[in-house]
Amino acid sequence: MFVLIVGAGKVGLNTARSLTHMGHEVIVVEQRRMRYDLLLPELEEKLLFGDGTEIYVLEKAGIGRADMVVAVTGDDEDNVIISEMARLKYNVPKVVARVNNPRNQATFDLLGVDATVCAATMLISMIQHELPVHKYVPLLKFKREGVELVELQVGEESPFANRTIRDIQLPDGVLLIAILRADETLLARGSETLLPDDHVLCLLDPGREKELIHIFLPSERPEDVQAETGIDMLTD
Amino acid sequence: MYVVIAGCGRVGSGIAKVLVAEGHDVTVIDEDADSFELLGDDFPGQFVTGAALDWDVLKEAGIEGADAFVAVTDGDNTNIVCAQIAQRKFGVTCAVARVYDPARAELFASTGVRTVCPTRDARSLLLDAVHSCQLPQREV
Repeated sequence: MFVLIVGAGKVGLNTARSLTHMGHEVIVVEQRRMRYDLLLPELEEKLLFGDGTEIYVLEKAGIGRADMVVAVTGDDEDNVIISEMARLKYNVPKVVARVNNPRNQATFDLLGVDATVCAATMLISMIQHELPVHKYVPLLKFKREGVELVELQVGEESPFANRTIRDIQLPDGVLLIAILRADETLLARGSETLLPDDHVLCLLDPGREKELIHIFLPSERPEDVQAETGIDMLTD
Repeated sequence: MYVVIAGCGRVGSGIAKVLVAEGHDVTVIDEDADSFELLGDDFPGQFVTGAALDWDVLKEAGIEGADAFVAVTDGDNTNIVCAQIAQRKFGVTCAVARVYDPARAELFASTGVRTVCPTRDARSLLLDAVHSCQLPQREV
């Protein structure tokens, strides 16, 4: 594959290294002169100096034949514009964009930039996952594929508490994949029993979160449980 | 009508003053609180400090009830993105973006964003000015 990366910060550089290692052809566009000079000895002909939101720079980088564009600059408006141009003007099959400020996630979604990665949101999810007390953590979202991975606590008052997996009826669009109990992880086999205060990992269709919270944590309001993650309140 | 203007530089403050003089209701957004001074002491409109990319800032500026939105911050990309948010999220059909780069101005105009490109306009005005000097023709 030929991958065009815009932005040679830590994310762009390491993406370039990893893709090169896997045998892909890579070009990286960087507009900061000092950063460009610093990385030139390593990246050589794989590095191009210029503003990656300029059409002539993208064309010089070969966007016309790119199989994938990765927009990972430090400015969200630039990442949105690069993604839109890659899709609208060059029909690039795959576009991945970095969301720097989680508050801008909604703008990426609104303008049809499907594959986004937000480091802040992911870090917070992983930190919440490590916290001793947490009721609900959205761990991963694959927007384009339409599937999400969430972690939920089994409340004492849940109708599923103290029942074996083969005896419970999950809603459509939800797959229970594992039980996290103290220090062990159990695959969700039919013979396993869900105990209060277990955590479960579920794959689900987007939009099923409220239903799921209602089943596992019936004494909580889904809005409150979701708001507790604080992910909607993130700011710069 | 009610107009929200993002960017309180020379252009943003200038059109804000004209619009209020015409009797319109205007709110100006800028990240720099001091830029308010460009509007003059007697500016009757509103001023909101913040980034125009932020939906909450746009809402605070009353984007939900706006008849028109003008994006004239110092960033082409910010202007294009803001105008698209105004149009697609908040239903402001008259959303105009200043875009200095003629290539991007043309591309996003073709997707339905109203773009104004001062670079292109300046080129033709300057060319007209040179042509109007009636300079003697030289053999090529």
